[in-house]
Amino acid sequence: MPSWPGFVEPEPTPQQVIAGLHATVEGGVDLVQVLTPEGVRVPEPRFDHYLDDIGVDQLQALYRDMVLVRRVDREANALQRQGQLGIWVPLLGQEAAQIGSGRALTDRDMAFPSYREHGVAWCRGIDPTELLGIFRGTDHGSWDPAEVGFHLYTIVIGNQCLNATGYAMGQRFEGKVGDATGEATICYFGDGATSQGDVHEGFVWSAVYDAPVVFFCQNNQWAISEPLERQTRVPLYRRAQGYGFPGIRVDGNDVLATLAVTRWALDECRTGNGPVLIEAFTYRMDAHTTSDDPSRYRLADELELWKLKDPIERLRVNLVREHEVGQDFFDEIAAESDALAARLRQHCIDMPEPGPGRIFSEVYAESSPVWDQQRDDFLAYHSSFEEPLAGSSISTEGA
Amino acid sequence: MATVTMAKALNNGLRAAMDRDPKVLVMGEDVGKLGGVFRITDGLQKDFGEQRVLDTPLAESGIIGTAVGLAIRGFRPVCEIQFDGFVFPGYDQIVSQLAKLRYRSQGRVPMPVVVRIPFGGGIGAVEHHSESPEALFAHIAGLKVVACGNPVDAYWMIQQAIESDDPVIFFEPKRRYWEKAEIDYDVAPAPLFSSRVLRTGSAVTLATYGPMVRTCLDAAEAARADGRELEVIDLRTLSPLDLAPVYESVRRTGRLVVVAEAASEVSVAAEVAAKVQQDCFYSLEAPVLRVTGFDTPYPPSKCEDDFLPDLDRVLDTVDRSLAW
Repeated sequence: MPSWPGFVEPEPTPQQVIAGLHATVEGGVDLVQVLTPEGVRVPEPRFDHYLDDIGVDQLQALYRDMVLVRRVDREANALQRQGQLGIWVPLLGQEAAQIGSGRALTDRDMAFPSYREHGVAWCRGIDPTELLGIFRGTDHGSWDPAEVGFHLYTIVIGNQCLNATGYAMGQRFEGKVGDATGEATICYFGDGATSQGDVHEGFVWSAVYDAPVVFFCQNNQWAISEPLERQTRVPLYRRAQGYGFPGIRVDGNDVLATLAVTRWALDECRTGNGPVLIEAFTYRMDAHTTSDDPSRYRLADELELWKLKDPIERLRVNLVREHEVGQDFFDEIAAESDALAARLRQHCIDMPEPGPGRIFSEVYAESSPVWDQQRDDFLAYHSSFEEPLAGSSISTEGA
Repeated sequence: MATVTMAKALNNGLRAAMDRDPKVLVMGEDVGKLGGVFRITDGLQKDFGEQRVLDTPLAESGIIGTAVGLAIRGFRPVCEIQFDGFVFPGYDQIVSQLAKLRYRSQGRVPMPVVVRIPFGGGIGAVEHHSESPEALFAHIAGLKVVACGNPVDAYWMIQQAIESDDPVIFFEPKRRYWEKAEIDYDVAPAPLFSSRVLRTGSAVTLATYGPMVRTCLDAAEAARADGRELEVIDLRTLSPLDLAPVYESVRRTGRLVVVAEAASEVSVAAEVAAKVQQDCFYSLEAPVLRVTGFDTPYPPSKCEDDFLPDLDRVLDTVDRSLAW
């Protein structure tokens, strides 16, 4: 066991963690938090001024965001269980990390998600129904990244960190950095991704080119079955120091702290002091995806400990106790989330099939007669069947 | 005799290889406690320990690159790449180090490394989970590339690959993981780098591998109902190719259809077609035809039934061959 002045033995112990039975529950002394798990707003001198504009209306809006994206998440999870989606990637437990950071963005900023950022997508104005195609298998992403300031989901782990860095380099090259009106980029990835070379290279490049990019790592403690200790010896936020830029750990289940810290980090980038690494300390409350079975590799008591840190509950308690928000508001949000879930479900069931032409569309800016011939031959062959083929994607009805 | 799925056959094969040789290691993402996302390594860490079954950090370049180092040190690593589309961060290490170290060292540094890759589509997955990148490896000198097509081959081929002193890229047809077959452990397996005739016939020869083996056998069964006997050859080894059984077959049937999920341009199927027209030119009654995936990215999964070669497309192409 190491020992040095001020060393506090962590709980759980490294041995327990390495045994793979526990992920870390406590964020440690460096954790930035302004809303305790019990819902008490506590002062945070370094970051409070980033929350000066947050009154009860804004708190209620953040609460609404989190409740609605959780409801979208649960409904989509259910749609997968009922065979309407091929797979779903749950965000359960990560609502505050995503809403807090997503609401810190301005219209002129750009976000690069991994594949779990349904809450950030919500903040960028992407209707939740737009997310379904990826998971139902009708498209690879339906929104226009430039229009909404939100790149397509990136599934290959860590790839987007270099793409985000390049985008941010472009912001700088075009002179969009330098004061509070500047642009910034935010890049989302998980604790597992930090092992990928692309993430390391993103850190190197962003530092060398002073790229205005906020690396937003949602440390949800698990990379499928592997606890954080399979990826790192040191807390992830401390890695930034080695690359020459600041790293900070925020309570990712605290929507206010995440909002404040992300606003600060984006400001740093806008004014030319990027990049910044934020480690949002949170927990994946559900499986990696609907194909995963966490009961094979982690204990239920860990989940119970994290339930006490629930991001939505702590804001609800705060709204009731410190802002005297009445039951009407919560009933209203509950009704809105019911309606949203119903709309999501109906949209999913009604989604049109892409049809065989989609296989060949938009592969190239300029096609070639060789590829056009292949397409035309197949479409002619396909239409030679009078009836839809068994199992074919050609269908005149919704699923 | 035992009836097992391909997944279990691979698991049993890995277990047998690890039992035989303490230098055999299994390494990859989630291969330990979880047993891999397809459970191919299920129970191995429990039985062989964390030093022989490594839950690695999430980095494919790291998996391959450290396997190269372990091999230099005398180990025989078996790397798992979780899905076909995730191999590319490791491609640099595969091409630059794994494939070339024997050559560069004039044989002093052998590379007995196996890279297992679940490949192909048909499981309704999101992007990067359904690809067929075998040609990218078959094109690289220094690598050997194989694909199993049924549980019996899976059981023997994984062990033979581990015993090989050359690096083997081992493709597993993920949509066939749950298909079952009887394995007779007393029957000696065919050599690893050999193709096999699975069904004899006189009308047309089908040469295929991996997930399309089952499709071609089904097509041959359907063709029989129409009075046509198709010969089905499982290539099994993609580099080196073992085409002697294909030549022998084509000299009898005069017609060859090559079936694969991968895109057609610059593919394994293209190589087979080129070699067969060269060696069987005077026996051919029709040009060698191919049934493949299209030369496009893998589409959204709602399109994959159209993208993937199926029984209808195989039989349609057989008709075209016969009508030539």
